Amino acid sequence: MKPVLQAVRVRKRFGDHQALDGVDLSVEEGEVVVVIGPSGSGKSTLVRCLHQLTPIDGGAMYLDGELLGHAVHRGHLRPLSEAAITKQRRRMGMVFQQFHLFPHWTVLRNLTEAPVRVHGVAPAAARDRALALLERVGLGERANAYPRQLSGGQQQRVAIARALATDPRIMFFDEPTSALDPELVDEVLAVMRDLARSGMTMVVVTHEMAFAREVADRCVFMDRGRIVETGPPAQIFGAPRSPRLRAFLSRFTGPSEVPLDA
Amino acid sequence: MTTVDIASARPRLRPGRWLTGIVLALVVLRIAWFLVDNPRFEWSVVGEYLFDPNVLKGLGMSLLLTVLGMTLGSLLGVVLAAGQLSDFAPVRWASTGYVGLFRGIPPLVQLIFWYNLAYLAPTIAGWDTNDLITPLTAAIIGLSLHEAAYMAEIVRAGILAVDPGQRDAAKAMGFGAAQTFTRVVLPQAMRVIIPPTGSQFISLLKGTSLVSVIAMADLLHSVQVIYNVTYKVVPMLLVACVWYLVVVTVLSLGQQRLERHFGQGHQL
Repeated sequence: MKPVLQAVRVRKRFGDHQALDGVDLSVEEGEVVVVIGPSGSGKSTLVRCLHQLTPIDGGAMYLDGELLGHAVHRGHLRPLSEAAITKQRRRMGMVFQQFHLFPHWTVLRNLTEAPVRVHGVAPAAARDRALALLERVGLGERANAYPRQLSGGQQQRVAIARALATDPRIMFFDEPTSALDPELVDEVLAVMRDLARSGMTMVVVTHEMAFAREVADRCVFMDRGRIVETGPPAQIFGAPRSPRLRAFLSRFTGPSEVPLDA
Repeated sequence: MTTVDIASARPRLRPGRWLTGIVLALVVLRIAWFLVDNPRFEWSVVGEYLFDPNVLKGLGMSLLLTVLGMTLGSLLGVVLAAGQLSDFAPVRWASTGYVGLFRGIPPLVQLIFWYNLAYLAPTIAGWDTNDLITPLTAAIIGLSLHEAAYMAEIVRAGILAVDPGQRDAAKAMGFGAAQTFTRVVLPQAMRVIIPPTGSQFISLLKGTSLVSVIAMADLLHSVQVIYNVTYKVVPMLLVACVWYLVVVTVLSLGQQRLERHFGQGHQL
């Protein structure tokens, strides 16, 4: 099977900090990849780079086999224009830690504006689709509210619906529950679980280990800008190989639950 | 111990507030009496000239110059603000240089300079400069270019006040650079842009009185023409003040409405 998304030796440096140090990642159609790791390990940078919100310094990324961000022009590999990158980005969806809903628009307009203005969907069709998506995330009756009238959990569910409104090939989640009050986390995870079951291709950066264990097809553990270990959740959580992953997991589960001899 | 219910409490005694209120009322009454009682204000003359055709014509000219100066200045100001925030250094330098130059030169000097442009450039692109630069066009150019420098700074501050995450989200939704600016960033920046722009509008209205130096008949100029003949200086200045105050009040009401419009989704 051809991967939807492929990253090859991706590198990114901020000043003298090597945020990504040669990351290889391949995501199959319908696969849910959960990225875990300590803060500062490069998880968020990775999804921001994959979504081309942050340009990379080296390596390559492909979406459905198409090179992202660069193309050969007059015999040389050159960066694409911002407009061409925007076009590529339109095939991907993104959910941010801080939601970033557009506060000056109603919930409904947050969902319809991009399909209508960017993808040329008829306003009536965009509206119907938006209402169906809001129904799906359990907010059908809040279509005319403004984002600030909603709780954090509701805002994040709207943000997920907004990203879905443009029918992306792949969805990125950058710590979608980290800014939420603990009692609001579950409603967002429930929506994501439902999305994963429906066959959406997803890359999720999260600290919710129970969610990773339950929903991930594959877990990726990052540390210091590299992928240290990757495998099915049963292996990552049940039989971690690297000492760094074991140390990381011990902070969540307590050292006694992690087999030290694995 | 007996329990009390503070719901039954009486208001706090605040004698200082009573005193301040009484003093303020006395001051206002004294000023009002001064205005009414002093015959030298000649309120009858004010009433007589308030709707004088020449005064109204002057008022119309002041309003026209304000609206044109503000519209052209704002449009150029938005472009300059975007230029100052450009990631292309020469555009950034040019925009910053413009703002530094036009904010630094007094508007009065600029008006005289544009009016006398023919001295430096007798023809512009094949046209006779004297045909192009009339008092009206010199006034519009001078006021607009001056205003643009100030609006550029106001718009720039407004754009910087918008959460950078909004730009990320707009990009993530597939909006291009122009759509991100006009649909997402600028409408949110308007909340920060409008209050100082209102002040700018008002100071431009009063600033139009400068154009009398290049023989433009604005509101102040029109009352000056009248009191040079009648010697009724104070009442004629009052006529101008009444009109300036009326227009400023109307502008302030308009500003409130605009603030409410662009505050949508924020007033919670």
